[in-house]
Amino acid sequence: MFKRFKPFFALGLLLSVFFLGGCSNYIVLDPKGPVAAQQKDLILYSIGFMALICVVVYVLFTVIVIKYRDRKNDDNFEPDHHGSKKLETIWTVIPILIIIALAIPTVTSIYDLEKAPVSASGEKKEPLVITATAVDWKWIFSYPEQGIETVNYINIPKDRPVQFKLTSADSMSSFWVPALGGQKYAMPGMETKLYLQADHTGTFSGRNSNFNGEGFTHQIFDVHSVSQSDFDKWAKDTKSKAPKLSKKQYDQLMLQGEAKKMTFSSTHLKWVDHAKDRDYAVKTRERLGVVPQNPHGSKAKDANNPEQDSHGVSHSH
Amino acid sequence: MKWDEFFVTGDPLIYGADVSIGLTVIGILFYLTYFKKWQWLWREWLTTVDHKKLGIMYIASAVLMLFRGGVDALLMRVQLATPDSKFLDAQHYNEIFTTHGTIMIIFMAMPFLIGLINVVIPLQIGARDVAFPYLNAVSFWTFFIGAMLFNISFVIGGSPSAGWTSYMPLAGNELSPGPGQNYYLLGLQIAGIGTLLTGINFLVTILKMRAPGMTLFKMPMFTWSALITMIIIVFAFPILTVALALMTFDRLFGAHFFTLQGAGMDMLWANLFWLWGHPEVYIVVLPAFGMFSEIISTFSRKVLFGYKAMVWAMVIIAGYSFLVWVHHFFTMGQGELVNSVFSITTMIIGIPTGIKIFNWLFTMYKGKISFTTPMLWSLGFIVNFVIGGVTGVMLAMAAADYQYHNTYFLVAHFHYVLIAGTVFSCFAGLIFWYPKMFGYKLNEAIGKWVFWVFNIGFNVCFIPQFILGLDGMPRRVYTYSAASGWGGLNMLSTVGGFLMGIAFLILAYNFYYSFRYSERENTGDSWGLGRTLEWATTSAVPPHYNFAVTPTVTAMDPLIQMKRDKQDVKPKIEDIKKIHMPDNSGVPFFMASFFFVAGFGLVFEWYWMGIVGLIGVFITLIIRSFDKNEGYYVSEEEIKETERLTV
Repeated sequence: MFKRFKPFFALGLLLSVFFLGGCSNYIVLDPKGPVAAQQKDLILYSIGFMALICVVVYVLFTVIVIKYRDRKNDDNFEPDHHGSKKLETIWTVIPILIIIALAIPTVTSIYDLEKAPVSASGEKKEPLVITATAVDWKWIFSYPEQGIETVNYINIPKDRPVQFKLTSADSMSSFWVPALGGQKYAMPGMETKLYLQADHTGTFSGRNSNFNGEGFTHQIFDVHSVSQSDFDKWAKDTKSKAPKLSKKQYDQLMLQGEAKKMTFSSTHLKWVDHAKDRDYAVKTRERLGVVPQNPHGSKAKDANNPEQDSHGVSHSH
Repeated sequence: MKWDEFFVTGDPLIYGADVSIGLTVIGILFYLTYFKKWQWLWREWLTTVDHKKLGIMYIASAVLMLFRGGVDALLMRVQLATPDSKFLDAQHYNEIFTTHGTIMIIFMAMPFLIGLINVVIPLQIGARDVAFPYLNAVSFWTFFIGAMLFNISFVIGGSPSAGWTSYMPLAGNELSPGPGQNYYLLGLQIAGIGTLLTGINFLVTILKMRAPGMTLFKMPMFTWSALITMIIIVFAFPILTVALALMTFDRLFGAHFFTLQGAGMDMLWANLFWLWGHPEVYIVVLPAFGMFSEIISTFSRKVLFGYKAMVWAMVIIAGYSFLVWVHHFFTMGQGELVNSVFSITTMIIGIPTGIKIFNWLFTMYKGKISFTTPMLWSLGFIVNFVIGGVTGVMLAMAAADYQYHNTYFLVAHFHYVLIAGTVFSCFAGLIFWYPKMFGYKLNEAIGKWVFWVFNIGFNVCFIPQFILGLDGMPRRVYTYSAASGWGGLNMLSTVGGFLMGIAFLILAYNFYYSFRYSERENTGDSWGLGRTLEWATTSAVPPHYNFAVTPTVTAMDPLIQMKRDKQDVKPKIEDIKKIHMPDNSGVPFFMASFFFVAGFGLVFEWYWMGIVGLIGVFITLIIRSFDKNEGYYVSEEEIKETERLTV
C-alpha cells in the first residue's frame, strides 16, 4: 500500500528541494533592494508555516490510509465513529493561531510598503520622483525634477528611494520590477504610487505584467541602477545633449505598437497628465486617423505587410 | 462584411478545425439518418424534462468542453515548451488562453457539476424530479446554446482575446475591435440565464421536495453542498448578468460604463467581475467538497466525521466568498486599510477549508478503506488540494502578493485548486455515479491508469509553474527569451500537460471499453456500500419516476439504516399508487435556438437578426404561458410491471 503513494512523497521531496535548495536563484527570492527583501522575508516566513501544515496533513494522511485500509483484521473498525469535540477544537484553534501569526507581519508590511524605504546606511533620503506612463505596448518615464524623459528604460541612483507615479494612457497595466519589489497597476485617469529602491548597481528587467493585448509580451523596460554621481551626470548630460520631445513625436508614441529605447531633454507633462486625462491617447489616435481594426478583418490582414504597422492598427486613407 | 472576415482564415490550425468540425457534423447527421435515430433523439433527449437525462446531457457537453479546453491548453503548452517559439503568434495565443479559461470555468466545470447535481440530488433526497422540470430543460438548453455560440467564435468571426477576466478598457471597442469580445459577452449572458435558473430550481427542490423525515440536518453532504452552492448562484449570478449587460451596452450601443472615453470607470468592471468571480470559485468547489464527502464516507464504510462542522464550514465559506473579491487585485492601489482587511478575510476562509480537510482525514480514521477509483480520486484530491490551499493563503498575504500577482505562481495555485478540487471531483463523481446513469461501472483497472497518469501529469505540469512564478515569469505571455532561463521548467510543464492529455484519452477509451464489456448491474446499490437514497432504487438505473413509493427517512444515512433494519428497498405492492409526472416539451429547445439567433445577430451587430431572435424567444415564452398541459399519470399497472411486482 505504501508503494501506491510513493509518487506523492517523491513529489513532496522534489518540491522542498526546489523551494529550499534553489532560493537564491529565483528572482523574487534574490532581492536587489529593501522592498523586494522585505517581501522575500515575508514569503519565506509563510513558506515555513505552509511546509509545516503540509507535513502534518501528509503524515496524518499516510498513517490513516495505511492503518485503516480494508484488511482481514478489523479490530479498529468503528463505522459510527462520527466526531470528537477535542480534535475539532484543535484543528480550529491551530489554524486561527497560524493566521494570526501570518496576518501581523502581512499588515505591517502592507503599511511599510506604502512608505519610502530606508536606505541601507539607515539615513533618510528624499525620494527621486519618476512618472511611469504605460501606453500599448511601451513605457514612458518622466523625471519632473530633472526635466528629462525616457522610453523603455530608466536610470536610478542606488541607495536612494524612488517614488514611481504610475498611470496609463490606455489599458490597465502593471508596473513590475521583480528584483526590486512587487508590482502595482498603472491605470488611465488614475495615479498610483509605488516605492522601490536598489541596493546595488546593475541592470534589472522590468515589465508590464498585466495582460493588455497583442504586444503585451514585449512591453518590457530596463532599470539601470547607478551611483548617485553617475546618475547626476547622466541627468545633466541628457538635459543638455538629448533632443527635445516634440508633441508630434509624443503623439506617435500614443499609437499602439512597440518602441525602441529613447531619451529626451523635455517631458510630456506640460501637454498632458494621463492621470487626469483618461482619453488623450484614444483621441490622439482618432485625430491621426488610426482606426482600431478587427484582428481577423481584411484590413488587419493587409497590415501584416512589413510596410505597414504590424499591430492590427493601420492608417485609414 | 466580407466573407474572409466572417470566417477566420489564414491559419492552418483553423483550417484543420474547420475540416474536423465539418466531418463530425456530417458523421453525426449520417448516423442519425442511417440508423433512423432522429425520432429517438427528439423524443428521448431533445424534449426531455427528466433530471437524469438532462444531467447526462450536461455531463456529456462538459466532457466535450473539457476536450476543447484541453486542446487549447496543450496548444499553449506547445507554444511555451521552448523559448522564442513561433508555433502560435501573439494574437492566436491570446485567443487560446482566453477561450481556455472561459470554457473550463463556465462551460466545463460548472455544467459538469450541475450535471452530477442533476443526476444525483433528486434521487438523494427521494424526489421524483426537480421542482420545475420544464425550467430545468430551459437551463440546460440555454447553457448548451451559450456554449455553442462561444465555441464557434474560433472559426466564425474570431475568438475573444481579452482574457477570461476581460478587463476594461482592454475589452472595449477601442482596444479589442471586432466580434470576438461580443461572443464572450453574449455566450456568457445566455449560459448565465441557465445557471441562474438552475440555482432557483435546485434551491426550491432541496428545500421543498425532500422525502418525509429528511430534516435539513439529515441531508447527505452532497445535497448540503448543492443547497449552499445554489444560494451562492442566486446571489452571485445577477452580478455577472448586470456586468455583462453593461459591457454589452458599451460595445454595441456606445455607452460609457467602463470605457476610456466618456469618463468610464474600468476599475468598476474589475470589481463587478470578481464580486461574481470569487463566489464562482466556490460555486465550482463546494459541490466538489460534497462529492468527496460522500465518496470518502462510502469507501471508508463510515459515517462522515464532524457532519455539523462540515455544514457550518460550508455556510461560512459561502458567506465569506462574497467578502474576499478584492484579493484578485491587491495591486490596484486601493490603500493599506482595504488591502489589510481583504488579506485577513481571505486568510480566514482557509480555516473552514482546513477543518474540512481534517474531517475527511478522520472520516477514514477507524474505517475500512477500499481503494476504488472514485476513492483514489478523492485521496488524490486531499493530497493535491492542500498545496492549492496553502499557496492560496500565501497569495492572501497582500504584501507578498505584489510579487506573485500576474505570475505563474498564481496560475499554478488556481490550477491546484480547480483541477485537484473541481476536476478530480468531477471524475470521482462521474465514476461513482456512472452505474446510476448507465447501469454498469467504468472499468476499474483502466480507471486506475487514468488516475495515476493524470495525477502524475498534473503535478509535473504545475509544480514547475510555482517556481517559474517565483522566477518572475508573468502569466499570459505568449513567449519568452532563452536568456530568461525559463526553458527547462516550461518544457517539464508541457510534458506534464501532455500526460494529462493522454489520461483523458485513456478515460475516453474507458467509456467505450466499459460500454462494450462491463458487467451490467442488477441492483440499485452498485458498489454494495451505498449509504444514501440514490442507491436505494430498485434497479441500477432508476425508472423515470425514480421511486415507486417515496421513501421515508429515519436516519442520516438512510440506506445504511435500512440495511441494519434488514429492510428491503423493494416497495410493497399495496403501497403502489399512480404517479404524476411532467410531460416532455420541445419549447426549451426552440427557445434556446432563438437565443442563439439573437446572440449571433448581436455578436455581429446585425440588429435585425438580434430582434428576430428575441421575438422568437418571446413567442416561446408566450406559448409556454398558455400551455395548459398538466402532465400525465403513470398507471399502477405500469409501475408494477416496471418494478416486477406480482400479486
